Amino acid sequence: MTELHGLLLIGVVAAVTILIRSAPFLLFPADKPTPGWVLYLGQMLPSAVIGMLIVYCLRGATPLAFPYGIPEGAALLTVVLLHLWKRNTLLSIAGGTVFYMLLVQLVF
Amino acid sequence: MNEKRHLLREAFVHTIPVMTGYLFLGFAFGVFLESKGYGWPWALLMSVFIYAGSMQFVTVDLLAGAASLIGAAIMTLMVNARHLFYGIAMLDEFRDVGRKKPYMIFSLTDETFSLFCALKEPPGPDRKRLLLFIALLDQLYWVLGSVVGSVFGSIWHIPSEGIDFVMTALFTVIYLDRWKAEADHTASILGVVISVLCLLVFGPSGFVIPAMLSITAVFLLLRGRLEKGRDAQ
Repeated sequence: MTELHGLLLIGVVAAVTILIRSAPFLLFPADKPTPGWVLYLGQMLPSAVIGMLIVYCLRGATPLAFPYGIPEGAALLTVVLLHLWKRNTLLSIAGGTVFYMLLVQLVF
Repeated sequence: MNEKRHLLREAFVHTIPVMTGYLFLGFAFGVFLESKGYGWPWALLMSVFIYAGSMQFVTVDLLAGAASLIGAAIMTLMVNARHLFYGIAMLDEFRDVGRKKPYMIFSLTDETFSLFCALKEPPGPDRKRLLLFIALLDQLYWVLGSVVGSVFGSIWHIPSEGIDFVMTALFTVIYLDRWKAEADHTASILGVVISVLCLLVFGPSGFVIPAMLSITAVFLLLRGRLEKGRDAQ
């Protein structure tokens, strides 16, 4: 990857992000009601997209070949259990990540 | 002037939880970016101009994989689509903020949005100043965390294999928090199930766009039933 391509890529991500953040103020002036289907998707999409992002992160796991997705599965379980136990965001993220790093560097 | 300093201090108190999170996650982002060969100027550039936590982690992935610009644009649309709805919720709040408005819109991240929602200050010029200070402080923490993480990662060579998992862990925690807060888990469940199905059908490199389109289509098709379910609660 060239440096120029990297800069362009960051420019595209930044531009699209700004576009999304300003779109509501351009599309829906405060004095007019927002269409029902927009509000409905606004309620439904966030949870679903977060779920999709988890799958996106785990797309490289190989359940049918070594290491059979074991590091991913074990670390994911660690995050879930830590979070259900303490519900401390930073602890859950740090605990799961460090455990995963130990697994892939020392065990598998 | 004195009054402004007082407001800045008040804004700081509101932002303490976000400060902890942003310094830590920003730091992790800096280390992650550095591990892919992009040093602190890249971290600074991204945290100043993109300023979207989850998307910056995904962008590291896109950079490292030499993704196409169109692919990056589509990915950004999908990952950040939720910001549309923060904007909708802030239409009224930002109506009279004047010259601050472009920055307020640019800097409306998940966390800043949640602080705005929790702010009890009555409407007026002080509230508008508070909003601006909160937005500025939050971005400052994020920029600081990411640059420090990047420099730290380059000096102290952390054996960083596997640090990518910080992204998975972040999304999993957000997912669990949303799960706990929502009365109806249909959206959370459908998001994962449809994505896994699309992953099986389209494979790891091309499943995101079909997944996102399918999720939107399924939600629109089931709108009658799902909205009724929501109202019944």
